[in-house]
Amino acid sequence: MSNLTNETVLARLQEKFGDAIRNHEEPYGLLTIEIQAEKAHDLIAWLKADDVLKMSFLTLIGAVNFPNDKDRELCVNYHIHSLSHNVRLRIRAFLPIENPTIKSIRDIYIGADWQERETYDFFGVIFEGHPNLTRILNEDSMDYFPMRKEYHLEDATREDKDDRYFGR
Amino acid sequence: MSDTSNKNKSLFADETIDGQIATLNLGPTHPATHGIFQNVLTVDGEKILGSVQTVGYIHRAFEKLAERRPYNQITPITDRLNYCSSPINNMGWEMTMEKLIGVTVPKKVDYMRVIIMELARVADHLVCNSVIGVDTGALTGFTYMFQQRELIYELYEEVCGARLTTNIGRIGGFERDFSPTFHVKLKKFLKEFNKHFQEFDDLLLRNRIFMDRTIGAGPISGERALDYGFTGPNLRAAGVDYDVRVMTPYSSYEDFDFIIPVGTQGDTYDRFCVRQEEIRQSMKIIEQAYNNMPEGSYFSPDVPEFYLPTKADVYTKMEALIYHFKIVMGETPVPVGEVYHAVEGGNGELGFHLISDGGRTPYRLQFRRPCFIYYQAYPEMITGQTISDAVLTLSSLNVIAGELDA
Repeated sequence: MSNLTNETVLARLQEKFGDAIRNHEEPYGLLTIEIQAEKAHDLIAWLKADDVLKMSFLTLIGAVNFPNDKDRELCVNYHIHSLSHNVRLRIRAFLPIENPTIKSIRDIYIGADWQERETYDFFGVIFEGHPNLTRILNEDSMDYFPMRKEYHLEDATREDKDDRYFGR
Repeated sequence: MSDTSNKNKSLFADETIDGQIATLNLGPTHPATHGIFQNVLTVDGEKILGSVQTVGYIHRAFEKLAERRPYNQITPITDRLNYCSSPINNMGWEMTMEKLIGVTVPKKVDYMRVIIMELARVADHLVCNSVIGVDTGALTGFTYMFQQRELIYELYEEVCGARLTTNIGRIGGFERDFSPTFHVKLKKFLKEFNKHFQEFDDLLLRNRIFMDRTIGAGPISGERALDYGFTGPNLRAAGVDYDVRVMTPYSSYEDFDFIIPVGTQGDTYDRFCVRQEEIRQSMKIIEQAYNNMPEGSYFSPDVPEFYLPTKADVYTKMEALIYHFKIVMGETPVPVGEVYHAVEGGNGELGFHLISDGGRTPYRLQFRRPCFIYYQAYPEMITGQTISDAVLTLSSLNVIAGELDA
């Protein structure tokens, strides 16, 4: 195990990708960076190939919907892990909901295949270059993306659990 | 009169039965599919030329459900992921919450959790390995090992009253301390398990038929497994010694002495052997945790706003009643934050990616489900193999439909 720290990782990433890395934070110790959506593919490919960082394990791909964040409504998260250094990295890319398109990383990690399909299925993120971007857990005939915040689970007429009644 | 002009024509286009390509549905509901998922195999005789899988038959929208549930009420959702080792899922979630709210639980809670989680791992591996035996036609080991699993379920029952969907533990600790009966049953289990387990080991491990059936069935290389995102026993069988308990210790795993077994070929036999050895290592961990159990409290007193008070307190103390109400209604203040926590589940790295906006329910909760990762490699692993190998490969991957479909 080496002494690779979040600072080292960040410095190396900034040196390589400069302004494409928009901001960074470390919530609960996990280095999290925001990258321009069009650069996400290159960054992940570079991380896998880089001999110093050796970040070559894709842990997770997922998305989050922030409906009030104009032109950044959908956030795609990638969790990458360096097994040699045991350092994890979260990469975020924000997409506008009108055109939620980002390059697929299936060519880098074959394991991204189903995770991208799942993200498409639930959030409607279009992964360009994915060979079979179809629904995976939901029915094919579904015409909406159920994990977006506009779809509520409960009956919209019910108000007994409305946050207003609990002082929020 | 019927038309007899085609009477002498072969049913097969190329006039011979040799070289005929057929399509075979293995599943969705078939005893060999271990759950509800479909494999459309293209076969040439017994040999598999290709496969396409369909999943999602029992998708229950857990991640969406979690967005409408107070934090305490999410634990029962996690039970239903990999239901062969529910307590690991429960505690993984509880630890994620503790990380978010910044609570350190007493050492005793850590050790109690380790005991329960390792028992769950043993139960999970016992089911998987005995089912590999069943898929080779050896039912005896399955019946023997299910007796042992039953004893583990009795232990769960002593802790939480449930057996399969356990809901063990709470954010901040346990509902109550281990009961005296639990201690009696655990001691008996620790004393007698290895003898019975050895019988199972003797039955299959060096059994010529079993070896012939499993060696070389459904192999995957370490490099390829990593590319797919494999973790857990399936990755270790391919020769990569990645284990979350060692790489990123949680719940005091760093206190215990155990080894990570690894295989070389990444085939069904190696996956079987790795799980067998992991069962032994888990028993070692349980013994160490039980023998060195620290004194102290079985819950953290720092989180009364999350830790459900006992019923006795609820009925007699005003504070407890208020906390009880607030917790059950999900009215407890949660910090805003984003946290990822992973545990070594029965099947591999089980991760929880939680985003909190300070509301009463998670803004977003995503599960990293190891079964979902494994199953996409399945066609590659069985191509070129026979149908019976495909059945064995599936059981040795230990794909649990509840976790696959979430």
